[in-house]
Amino acid sequence: MSDQPLLKVTDLVRHFPFKEVQGLRMTKSLVQAVDGVSFTLDHGQTLGLVGESGCGKSTTSRLITRLDEPTSGSIEFQGRDISHLKESDLREIRRDVQMIFQDPYSSLNPRHTVGSILTTPLKVHGLHKGKERARVQELLELVGLNPEHINRYPSEFSGGQRQRIGIARALAVEPKLIIADEPVSALDVSIQAQVMNLLGRLRDELDLAFIFVAHDLGVIRHFCDQVAVMYLGKIVEYGDKRKIYDLPEHPYTQALLSAAPDIAVARGAKRTERIRLVGDVPSPISPPSGCRFRTRCWKAQDICAEQEPPLIPSTSTDEGRGGRETGLHLQACHFPEVKKLVPEVVSA
Amino acid sequence: MTASTQQFTTTSGEASQAGDVVLDVKDLSIAFPTEEGLVRAVSDLTYQARLGRTLAIVGESGSGKSVSSMAVLGLHNPKRTQITGSIKLDGNELVGASQATFQKLRSTTAAMVFQDPQSSLHPFHKVGRQIAEAYRTHHKVSKAVAHKRAVEMLDLVGIPTPARRALQYPHEFSGGMRQRAMIALGLVNDPKLLIADEPTTALDVTVQAQILDLVNDMQKEFGSAVILITHDLAVVAETADDILVMYAGRGVEKGDAKEVLARPSHPYTYGLLQSIPSATDDGTGDLKAIRGAPPSLLNLPTGCSFHPRCDFQPLVGAACIETLPEWRPTPGLTNRQLRCHLEDPVATLQNDEGAK
Repeated sequence: MSDQPLLKVTDLVRHFPFKEVQGLRMTKSLVQAVDGVSFTLDHGQTLGLVGESGCGKSTTSRLITRLDEPTSGSIEFQGRDISHLKESDLREIRRDVQMIFQDPYSSLNPRHTVGSILTTPLKVHGLHKGKERARVQELLELVGLNPEHINRYPSEFSGGQRQRIGIARALAVEPKLIIADEPVSALDVSIQAQVMNLLGRLRDELDLAFIFVAHDLGVIRHFCDQVAVMYLGKIVEYGDKRKIYDLPEHPYTQALLSAAPDIAVARGAKRTERIRLVGDVPSPISPPSGCRFRTRCWKAQDICAEQEPPLIPSTSTDEGRGGRETGLHLQACHFPEVKKLVPEVVSA
Repeated sequence: MTASTQQFTTTSGEASQAGDVVLDVKDLSIAFPTEEGLVRAVSDLTYQARLGRTLAIVGESGSGKSVSSMAVLGLHNPKRTQITGSIKLDGNELVGASQATFQKLRSTTAAMVFQDPQSSLHPFHKVGRQIAEAYRTHHKVSKAVAHKRAVEMLDLVGIPTPARRALQYPHEFSGGMRQRAMIALGLVNDPKLLIADEPTTALDVTVQAQILDLVNDMQKEFGSAVILITHDLAVVAETADDILVMYAGRGVEKGDAKEVLARPSHPYTYGLLQSIPSATDDGTGDLKAIRGAPPSLLNLPTGCSFHPRCDFQPLVGAACIETLPEWRPTPGLTNRQLRCHLEDPVATLQNDEGAK
């Protein structure tokens, strides 16, 4: 494998212009949906994006698939800058980067059969010419559906099966990177695990890289190698998942981990501390100066309003874990402090 | 079991102390006739909600958890719904009751908070007015008094500057604030039972925690019974006292929430718990998924509805396919009931967990 990362995102910015009318005066402002996001992703790696609604995780994934064009910053895919490519030059990227959507009901055309849904991407990219049908059946089998159901319509499938069709469609063109935007959150609990297992198996078999957007912290920890926590368009903490979950340093990450209900509590784990944030996420139209989290942060001091904390490597050391390697861990807080906030598992 | 009688009440209400049964549902069946046949949304459901306690009704979509609670408030169209069995709300029988009865009981005895606060508040009316109107429907007071009460309620549910907020429209509220306003609306007439149907599903994690805390605080403040309808077992683990697990319209296991989740005795509850990844666990192997998909309510499997997906059915044999298991106390556990043919479910499930 080359030393070039599969995906390199640098200072990605997306501002949406927004007009506001107040009386006779019209003011133009900007929704700062994504504001300076950087990360890299290697072949076969999985990055989880977590954060609350409006934090920019979906906009980020839309930018990487180039469904949207960034305001500034660069997206390099296999060394090639794709951030401002013309539509006609994007075809190759469209093949290499595929997307799995949240809602298995609205993301499949109800008037097309499964066969036609899965054949279209093959035709667009001129793959498996003349043998499309065989390939479609192979795909159905790959995602655990009956290949004989090729002539059925999406309405004849359950939610979990539809999500499998969506996955098969993404895999049809043999992508290298899959962006999965909340792929299991619309599914029932007992079906979620089936789909997660399928995605995990496909990732290992096909050596796929994933960007996995989800709000469920358990799902992210299970599926991802690295995690980026986003707040109001910025990454506040980023690193190997073990670092983020067990040694979080940014107050927002800590609040998130402490607020998320966890099934481990049912199995007897104890919460050491509960952090309750007050209020809601501020508007991305006029985000707070300095650190964007400071309005809800219990540690905030004057400097937080004046200076924006950069995303810098964590200085804390990871003790008691053998210390084989230190691993990636970046955080953006003026007053970082390690605190363990996932429930403490009491071993029997 | 009924409550003390010396309590002065103006209605036929009975429950007054913590632990008293406010809602007694017995053998409730709800079916909807459709062109394709009869949809059996709820079959033979029995449960009780007690004052001062939170009962979590847990199940996947189509398990009948919402349908059964909507019947408590009379929200089904009586012409298109077949309801049998008994629902006793604070002593009033509600199966077959008139709309007038429901209107009297709604909001004063039982209130509901819905999943989507965006669509359950009226967009054209000011938030304060909506709460005041609910109060005036059941209390003969002036508009000014009702408005004052509305502001008080908004204050109580933790909305900052309530007097100003009461004069705003729902779209000026954020998602979490709207859900707070919904809770204020639900509690304005001091109901004995609050049904919260997926109250936090549409909200973000940090706001969800605030709302769940609020529901708990309000329960302490008002001493009411709360029914929390949810699909999220993690939420149950951190908030509920009692639990009823539903599958395909039937209850399959009930008991103390923490005990049930710590030591499930029904294969379905067990399967659900096994399939959820935790934020405390680094494991990346396969999750233990329940195979197959929930059955169609038009055509339920014979016997136990869960048998086509159950890993333990071979241990029992034909009984699972032929006969519907009745409610019985779980062998070896107190305060636990289940519907399963397994002879010793606790040991069987524990062995299975150990074998992995």
